[in-house]
Amino acid sequence: MAAEGHHSPLEQFEVKTLIPIDLGGVDVSFTNASLFMILAVAGILLFLTLSMQRRALVPGRWQAMAEMSYEFVAGVVRDNLGPEGKKFFPFAFTLFMFIFFCNAIALVPYTFAVTSHLIVTAALAILVIVLVTAVGIVKHGLHFFSLFMPKGVPIYMAPLLVPLEVLSYLARPVSLALRLFANLTAGHTMLKVFAGFVVMLGIGGIAPLAVIVVLYGLETLIAFLQAYVFTVLTCIYLNDALHLH
Amino acid sequence: MDIEAAKMVGAGLAVIGLSGVGIGIGNIFASFISSVARNPAARATLFPSTMLGFALVEAVALYALLISFLILFG
Repeated sequence: MAAEGHHSPLEQFEVKTLIPIDLGGVDVSFTNASLFMILAVAGILLFLTLSMQRRALVPGRWQAMAEMSYEFVAGVVRDNLGPEGKKFFPFAFTLFMFIFFCNAIALVPYTFAVTSHLIVTAALAILVIVLVTAVGIVKHGLHFFSLFMPKGVPIYMAPLLVPLEVLSYLARPVSLALRLFANLTAGHTMLKVFAGFVVMLGIGGIAPLAVIVVLYGLETLIAFLQAYVFTVLTCIYLNDALHLH
Repeated sequence: MDIEAAKMVGAGLAVIGLSGVGIGIGNIFASFISSVARNPAARATLFPSTMLGFALVEAVALYALLISFLILFG
Protein backbone atom coordinates (compact mmCIF):
# COMPACT_ATOMS: atom_id res chain seq x y z
CA MET A 1 0.00 0.00 0.00
CA ALA A 2 2.84 2.41 0.84
CA ALA A 3 4.41 1.80 -2.58
CA GLU A 4 1.31 3.19 -4.33
CA GLY A 5 2.10 6.73 -3.30
CA HIS A 6 -0.06 9.35 -1.66
CA HIS A 7 -3.82 8.84 -1.61
CA SER A 8 -5.91 11.97 -1.48
CA PRO A 9 -8.69 12.20 1.11
CA LEU A 10 -10.94 13.23 -1.77
CA GLU A 11 -10.56 9.89 -3.55
CA GLN A 12 -13.48 8.40 -1.60
CA PHE A 13 -15.91 10.60 -3.56
CA GLU A 14 -14.96 9.14 -6.94
CA VAL A 15 -17.92 7.73 -8.86
CA LYS A 16 -16.92 4.31 -10.16
CA THR A 17 -18.82 2.61 -12.97
CA LEU A 18 -19.91 -0.90 -11.99
CA ILE A 19 -21.94 -1.89 -15.07
CA PRO A 20 -21.38 0.27 -18.14
CA ILE A 21 -24.65 1.03 -19.96
CA ASP A 22 -24.69 3.26 -23.02
CA LEU A 23 -28.06 4.53 -24.33
CA GLY A 24 -27.33 6.05 -27.73
CA GLY A 25 -24.31 8.06 -26.61
CA VAL A 26 -25.72 8.92 -23.16
CA ASP A 27 -23.85 7.31 -20.28
CA VAL A 28 -26.44 5.78 -17.95
CA SER A 29 -24.07 3.27 -16.35
CA PHE A 30 -24.85 1.62 -13.06
CA THR A 31 -22.35 3.26 -10.73
CA ASN A 32 -21.48 2.86 -7.07
CA ALA A 33 -23.72 5.89 -6.44
CA SER A 34 -26.66 4.03 -8.00
CA LEU A 35 -25.81 0.96 -5.95
CA PHE A 36 -25.89 2.84 -2.67
CA MET A 37 -29.08 4.68 -3.55
CA ILE A 38 -30.70 1.29 -4.22
CA LEU A 39 -29.27 0.01 -0.92
CA ALA A 40 -30.76 2.99 0.93
CA VAL A 41 -34.21 2.47 -0.60
CA ALA A 42 -34.02 -1.30 0.01
CA GLY A 43 -32.97 -0.59 3.59
CA ILE A 44 -35.94 1.72 4.14
CA LEU A 45 -38.40 -0.77 2.57
CA LEU A 46 -37.08 -3.69 4.61
CA PHE A 47 -37.02 -1.65 7.82
CA LEU A 48 -40.58 -0.44 7.47
CA THR A 49 -42.22 -3.61 6.15
CA LEU A 50 -40.42 -6.09 8.39
CA SER A 51 -40.81 -3.98 11.56
CA MET A 52 -44.54 -3.60 11.03
CA GLN A 53 -45.19 -7.26 10.19
CA ARG A 54 -46.38 -8.21 13.63
CA ARG A 55 -48.68 -5.18 13.99
CA ALA A 56 -48.72 -5.56 17.77
CA LEU A 57 -50.80 -3.10 19.77
CA VAL A 58 -47.92 -2.81 22.21
CA PRO A 59 -44.95 -2.39 19.86
CA GLY A 60 -41.76 -4.39 20.16
CA ARG A 61 -38.42 -2.62 19.59
CA TRP A 62 -38.35 -2.58 15.77
CA GLN A 63 -42.00 -1.62 15.47
CA ALA A 64 -41.41 1.13 18.02
CA MET A 65 -38.57 2.49 15.88
CA ALA A 66 -40.69 2.48 12.74
CA GLU A 67 -43.58 4.17 14.57
CA MET A 68 -41.20 6.73 16.10
CA SER A 69 -39.81 7.70 12.71
CA TYR A 70 -43.36 8.06 11.35
CA GLU A 71 -44.45 10.13 14.35
CA PHE A 72 -41.34 12.31 14.18
CA VAL A 73 -41.89 13.34 10.55
CA ALA A 74 -45.65 13.60 11.12
CA GLY A 75 -44.91 16.03 13.98
CA VAL A 76 -42.68 18.12 11.73
CA VAL A 77 -45.33 18.25 8.99
CA ARG A 78 -48.10 19.06 11.49
CA ASP A 79 -46.11 21.85 13.16
CA ASN A 80 -45.07 23.56 9.96
CA LEU A 81 -47.95 22.93 7.57
CA GLY A 82 -50.96 22.74 9.85
CA PRO A 83 -53.75 20.19 9.48
CA GLU A 84 -54.14 20.70 5.71
CA GLY A 85 -50.53 19.65 5.23
CA LYS A 86 -51.39 15.98 5.72
CA LYS A 87 -51.33 15.27 1.99
CA PHE A 88 -47.66 16.29 1.88
CA PHE A 89 -46.68 13.84 4.60
CA PRO A 90 -45.68 10.98 2.21
CA PHE A 91 -43.37 13.35 0.35
CA ALA A 92 -41.78 14.69 3.53
CA PHE A 93 -41.41 11.17 4.97
CA THR A 94 -39.79 9.85 1.79
CA LEU A 95 -37.42 12.80 1.66
CA PHE A 96 -36.44 12.45 5.31
CA MET A 97 -35.95 8.67 5.25
CA PHE A 98 -34.03 8.71 1.96
CA ILE A 99 -31.60 11.42 3.07
CA PHE A 100 -31.20 9.90 6.54
CA PHE A 101 -30.56 6.38 5.25
CA CYS A 102 -28.15 7.65 2.57
CA ASN A 103 -26.24 9.62 5.21
CA ALA A 104 -26.28 6.77 7.72
CA ILE A 105 -25.15 4.08 5.27
CA ALA A 106 -22.21 6.32 4.35
CA LEU A 107 -20.98 6.08 7.95
CA VAL A 108 -19.97 2.45 7.41
CA PRO A 109 -16.33 2.24 6.25
CA TYR A 110 -15.72 1.39 2.60
CA THR A 111 -19.18 2.63 1.57
CA PHE A 112 -19.98 5.54 -0.68
CA ALA A 113 -21.70 8.73 0.46
CA VAL A 114 -24.46 9.36 -2.07
CA THR A 115 -25.46 12.75 -0.68
CA SER A 116 -21.87 13.99 -0.71
CA HIS A 117 -22.31 14.77 -4.39
CA LEU A 118 -23.68 18.19 -5.29
CA ILE A 119 -25.61 16.74 -8.23
CA VAL A 120 -27.61 14.44 -5.94
CA THR A 121 -28.44 17.14 -3.40
CA ALA A 122 -29.15 19.61 -6.20
CA ALA A 123 -31.56 17.14 -7.76
CA LEU A 124 -33.38 16.83 -4.42
CA ALA A 125 -33.41 20.62 -3.93
CA ILE A 126 -34.70 21.26 -7.47
CA LEU A 127 -37.41 18.65 -6.89
CA VAL A 128 -38.45 20.49 -3.72
CA ILE A 129 -38.48 23.97 -5.24
CA VAL A 130 -40.34 22.88 -8.38
CA LEU A 131 -42.90 21.07 -6.23
CA VAL A 132 -43.33 24.07 -3.92
CA THR A 133 -43.70 26.54 -6.81
CA ALA A 134 -46.10 24.23 -8.67
CA VAL A 135 -48.22 23.72 -5.54
CA GLY A 136 -48.32 27.47 -4.99
CA ILE A 137 -49.31 28.25 -8.56
CA VAL A 138 -51.92 25.50 -8.70
CA LYS A 139 -53.49 26.69 -5.45
CA HIS A 140 -53.33 30.47 -5.93
CA GLY A 141 -52.95 30.97 -9.67
CA LEU A 142 -51.08 34.12 -10.61
CA HIS A 143 -51.76 35.53 -7.13
CA PHE A 144 -48.87 33.27 -6.06
CA PHE A 145 -46.46 35.98 -7.21
CA SER A 146 -47.75 38.30 -4.49
CA LEU A 147 -45.35 36.25 -2.36
CA PHE A 148 -42.60 38.51 -3.70
CA MET A 149 -44.33 41.75 -2.77
CA PRO A 150 -44.63 41.99 1.03
CA LYS A 151 -47.72 43.72 2.39
CA GLY A 152 -47.63 47.36 3.39
CA VAL A 153 -44.70 48.32 1.19
CA PRO A 154 -45.12 51.53 -0.87
CA ILE A 155 -45.31 50.90 -4.62
CA TYR A 156 -42.20 52.88 -5.51
CA MET A 157 -40.08 50.42 -3.53
CA ALA A 158 -41.32 47.52 -5.65
CA PRO A 159 -38.65 47.67 -8.42
CA LEU A 160 -36.01 47.38 -5.71
CA LEU A 161 -37.74 44.89 -3.43
CA VAL A 162 -39.26 42.39 -5.87
CA PRO A 163 -35.97 41.34 -7.57
CA LEU A 164 -34.45 41.01 -4.10
CA GLU A 165 -37.31 38.77 -2.96
CA VAL A 166 -37.08 36.69 -6.14
CA LEU A 167 -33.35 36.29 -5.62
CA SER A 168 -33.87 35.19 -2.03
CA TYR A 169 -36.54 32.71 -3.21
CA LEU A 170 -34.13 31.28 -5.79
CA ALA A 171 -31.40 31.11 -3.15
CA ARG A 172 -33.50 28.56 -1.23
CA PRO A 173 -32.78 25.49 -3.40
CA VAL A 174 -29.15 26.58 -3.68
CA SER A 175 -28.76 26.71 0.08
CA LEU A 176 -30.66 23.43 0.54
CA ALA A 177 -28.37 21.63 -1.87
CA LEU A 178 -25.16 23.25 -0.66
CA ARG A 179 -25.88 22.69 3.03
CA LEU A 180 -26.36 18.93 2.71
CA PHE A 181 -23.49 18.52 0.24
CA ALA A 182 -20.98 20.59 2.24
CA ASN A 183 -21.86 18.90 5.55
CA LEU A 184 -21.42 15.39 4.17
CA THR A 185 -18.30 16.15 2.13
CA ALA A 186 -16.57 18.05 4.93
CA GLY A 187 -17.39 15.33 7.46
CA HIS A 188 -16.13 12.46 5.36
CA THR A 189 -13.03 14.36 4.24
CA MET A 190 -12.16 15.07 7.88
CA LEU A 191 -12.59 11.39 8.77
CA LYS A 192 -10.25 10.39 5.94
CA VAL A 193 -7.65 13.01 6.89
CA PHE A 194 -7.55 11.82 10.50
CA ALA A 195 -7.45 8.22 9.32
CA GLY A 196 -4.35 9.18 7.32
CA PHE A 197 -2.80 10.58 10.49
CA VAL A 198 -3.47 7.31 12.36
CA VAL A 199 -1.57 5.35 9.72
CA MET A 200 1.25 7.90 9.64
CA LEU A 201 1.89 7.99 13.39
CA GLY A 202 2.19 4.27 14.06
CA ILE A 203 1.85 3.66 17.81
CA GLY A 204 1.11 7.33 18.45
CA GLY A 205 -1.94 6.89 16.26
CA ILE A 206 -4.05 6.45 19.40
CA ALA A 207 -4.62 10.20 19.58
CA PRO A 208 -6.08 10.67 16.08
CA LEU A 209 -8.03 7.44 16.66
CA ALA A 210 -9.72 9.01 19.68
CA VAL A 211 -10.53 12.05 17.54
CA ILE A 212 -12.03 9.75 14.90
CA VAL A 213 -14.27 8.15 17.54
CA VAL A 214 -15.56 11.58 18.57
CA LEU A 215 -15.93 12.60 14.92
CA TYR A 216 -18.04 9.51 14.24
CA GLY A 217 -20.39 10.60 17.01
CA LEU A 218 -20.61 14.04 15.42
CA GLU A 219 -21.13 12.54 11.97
CA THR A 220 -24.00 10.38 13.22
CA LEU A 221 -25.64 13.48 14.69
CA ILE A 222 -25.06 15.38 11.45
CA ALA A 223 -26.53 12.52 9.39
CA PHE A 224 -29.78 12.79 11.32
CA LEU A 225 -29.75 16.57 11.71
CA GLN A 226 -29.20 17.30 8.02
CA ALA A 227 -32.07 15.03 7.03
CA TYR A 228 -34.25 16.77 9.63
CA VAL A 229 -33.21 20.26 8.48
CA PHE A 230 -33.87 19.43 4.82
CA THR A 231 -37.34 18.15 5.71
CA VAL A 232 -38.18 21.08 8.01
CA LEU A 233 -37.12 23.64 5.42
CA THR A 234 -39.13 21.83 2.74
CA CYS A 235 -42.21 22.03 4.98
CA ILE A 236 -41.54 25.73 5.73
CA TYR A 237 -41.26 26.52 2.00
CA LEU A 238 -44.43 24.53 1.31
CA ASN A 239 -46.19 26.51 4.05
CA ASP A 240 -45.02 29.76 2.46
CA ALA A 241 -46.38 28.66 -0.92
CA LEU A 242 -49.68 27.41 0.49
CA HIS A 243 -50.38 30.36 2.79
CA LEU A 244 -48.46 33.17 1.05
CA HIS A 245 -46.93 34.46 4.30
CA MET B 1 3.72 35.69 -6.06
CA ASP B 2 3.87 31.94 -6.61
CA ILE B 3 0.41 30.59 -7.48
CA GLU B 4 0.69 27.86 -4.83
CA ALA B 5 1.57 30.42 -2.16
CA ALA B 6 -1.33 32.63 -3.27
CA LYS B 7 -3.70 29.64 -3.02
CA MET B 8 -2.57 28.93 0.53
CA VAL B 9 -3.02 32.57 1.54
CA GLY B 10 -6.47 32.63 -0.09
CA ALA B 11 -7.55 29.46 1.66
CA GLY B 12 -6.42 30.85 4.98
CA LEU B 13 -8.26 34.13 4.43
CA ALA B 14 -11.43 32.31 3.41
CA VAL B 15 -11.82 30.62 6.78
CA ILE B 16 -11.68 33.91 8.73
CA GLY B 17 -15.46 34.02 8.27
CA LEU B 18 -15.78 31.05 10.64
CA SER B 19 -15.34 33.46 13.56
CA GLY B 20 -18.81 34.84 12.80
CA VAL B 21 -20.18 31.31 12.78
CA GLY B 22 -18.69 30.63 16.20
CA ILE B 23 -20.42 33.73 17.55
CA GLY B 24 -23.67 32.70 15.86
CA ILE B 25 -23.72 29.19 17.31
CA GLY B 26 -22.81 30.55 20.74
CA ASN B 27 -25.66 33.02 20.42
CA ILE B 28 -28.22 30.37 19.56
CA PHE B 29 -27.35 28.07 22.39
CA ALA B 30 -26.95 30.93 24.90
CA SER B 31 -30.44 32.04 23.99
CA PHE B 32 -31.76 28.48 24.31
CA ILE B 33 -30.12 27.95 27.70
CA SER B 34 -31.35 31.24 29.13
CA SER B 35 -34.88 30.66 27.76
CA VAL B 36 -35.03 27.19 29.31
CA ALA B 37 -33.62 28.60 32.55
CA ARG B 38 -36.47 31.11 32.70
CA ASN B 39 -39.14 28.63 31.62
CA PRO B 40 -38.10 24.98 31.91
CA ALA B 41 -41.45 23.82 30.51
CA ALA B 42 -40.57 25.37 27.12
CA ARG B 43 -37.66 23.01 26.58
CA ALA B 44 -39.54 20.58 24.34
CA THR B 45 -40.92 23.35 22.09
CA LEU B 46 -37.66 25.24 21.82
CA PHE B 47 -35.31 22.33 21.18
CA PRO B 48 -36.32 21.61 17.55
CA SER B 49 -35.99 25.32 16.66
CA THR B 50 -32.59 25.37 18.34
CA MET B 51 -31.43 22.41 16.30
CA LEU B 52 -32.77 23.99 13.11
CA GLY B 53 -30.99 27.26 13.89
CA PHE B 54 -27.77 25.42 14.67
CA ALA B 55 -27.87 23.54 11.37
CA LEU B 56 -28.55 26.73 9.42
CA VAL B 57 -25.63 28.58 11.04
CA GLU B 58 -23.35 25.56 10.58
CA ALA B 59 -24.25 25.62 6.90
CA VAL B 60 -22.61 29.06 6.63
CA ALA B 61 -19.47 27.61 8.21
CA LEU B 62 -19.46 24.92 5.57
CA TYR B 63 -19.94 27.43 2.76
CA ALA B 64 -16.77 29.21 3.95
CA LEU B 65 -14.95 25.86 4.18
CA LEU B 66 -16.16 25.00 0.68
CA ILE B 67 -14.77 28.26 -0.74
CA SER B 68 -11.50 27.58 1.06
CA PHE B 69 -11.28 24.08 -0.46
CA LEU B 70 -12.18 25.45 -3.89
CA ILE B 71 -9.38 27.98 -3.65
CA LEU B 72 -6.90 25.43 -2.33
CA PHE B 73 -7.68 22.54 -4.66
CA GLY B 74 -9.52 24.18 -7.58
